[in-house]
Amino acid sequence: MSVHDIVDNLQGGWIGGGGPESDVVVSSRVRVARNLAGMPFPHLLNKEGADQVVGLVRKASEDERFLARAGRIELVTMGELSAEERQVLVEKHLVSPDLLNQFEHKAVAIDGEEKISIMINEEDHLRIQVLLPGLQLNEAWQLVNGVDDALELNLDYCFSEQLGYLTACPTNVGTGLRASVMLHLPGLVMANQVRGLLATVTKLGLAVRGLYGEGTEAVGNLFQVSNQVTLGRTEEEVINNLLLITRQLLEHERGARAGIYRERRELVEDKVFRAYGLLKHARILSAGEAMRLFSDLRLGVEMNLLTGIPPELINELMIASRPAYLVKTGDGRKNNYEMDVHRAELIRSRI
Amino acid sequence: MHITEIMNSQTRKIHLCEQCARDLQAQSFGFLPQFEIHNFLAGLLGMGPGTAKSEERTEQAACPDCGLREGQFAQNGLLGCGNCYSAFYEQMQPLVKRIHGHDRHTGKVPERTGGYARLIQQVERLKEELRQAVAREEFEAAAGLRDRIKELEKGIGQER
Repeated sequence: MSVHDIVDNLQGGWIGGGGPESDVVVSSRVRVARNLAGMPFPHLLNKEGADQVVGLVRKASEDERFLARAGRIELVTMGELSAEERQVLVEKHLVSPDLLNQFEHKAVAIDGEEKISIMINEEDHLRIQVLLPGLQLNEAWQLVNGVDDALELNLDYCFSEQLGYLTACPTNVGTGLRASVMLHLPGLVMANQVRGLLATVTKLGLAVRGLYGEGTEAVGNLFQVSNQVTLGRTEEEVINNLLLITRQLLEHERGARAGIYRERRELVEDKVFRAYGLLKHARILSAGEAMRLFSDLRLGVEMNLLTGIPPELINELMIASRPAYLVKTGDGRKNNYEMDVHRAELIRSRI
Repeated sequence: MHITEIMNSQTRKIHLCEQCARDLQAQSFGFLPQFEIHNFLAGLLGMGPGTAKSEERTEQAACPDCGLREGQFAQNGLLGCGNCYSAFYEQMQPLVKRIHGHDRHTGKVPERTGGYARLIQQVERLKEELRQAVAREEFEAAAGLRDRIKELEKGIGQER
């Protein structure tokens, strides 16, 4: 499967849904940062140096021993993709927005199942990422670890005995590991408990942000929780800590949902079915409104109030109604009004 | 409205009127407003833009490997290469400790190129096992462990 096919495929990877605890945990992600020894970090590389890094990773990923241990991954330079295709990869969370800046220097390698993606020449030479549906942090770490070992057969990493894996930014030095979970927390938001709980979580060394936040609120009640510290703790300690705290949040969210449903059943049902009606019949939908309605609809599915809507359809529509994908499928319709109309059409045709 | 953020046991308090707090919440749902992490790091080093020192310092030390000057780190918070960590050791060591609360890696070591670091970690692990074996009075196992540690330490001596 080529990366072009991956762009077109809206069922792959975490979007396919499922996985343990998927009524609250949408996806789990683990990434490590790695750099090649004896080379300046990407921000100091000219095009020639950047190409050299891409070439070394390509060679390492085509090596027989790599294939035997980690399987086939498809490497493509960002320059080979169209602007829309690049943006879709960001919206599918397969690459970070940073990979779009100075994209001529950058590349990405993705496996056919869209679990593994390796960003090349982002802030560090390599960012090895695994993204899985539901709560699967250990599984994601095992996969990352395997790919990392397989690459290291042919790549010399920048490593210091004292500081561990050396990274461009000192906030990543050590394990280079960032683990995160994407949580759907409508119950805690409704119960007005989300701020307090998440503030507690930040005191435990974790960072919280709204998924589609970017300077605004947590649109769609989706929150990302991740570790901050990368030095002085083992990978397993970091993963277990996040896992433990995620389980706590999960229980609180389930408790809040059940409590609200018990006390104010109609309030929950009204929210869910109102969203269903709007998504099914609206003619104009902004990105923000769609995200809010998806959250209500998702809640209905997760609480078994609505049947006939598979959870993966909501993930799929969430990606499909982001701007990049709409531009890609919109036959040249690009202004806000046209996009909102196209978004409503697309959602209506699927629900 | 009082907002307290604690990270790595460093406390930061913000006092706001209710309206401002609401605006702030709208921006970042109750946490701190977005800021550029790299500028923040540079500020921690005391060489951020705006400090009088920064301009004098830009003339100073450069990394012998990649040529990055201290002032460049102050600008974008990114190091130039792996060697920058030793080239700017005096500045980086306290910064790293401030960020992570630790100054020593305890995690994964690369299998093929980890060499020396890998041996040290292995010895540390065996020493822990030895301690436990002694505590359990399993002296035969302890003797075996002690021999293996001795052997590995010999290897470390040679690599050095």
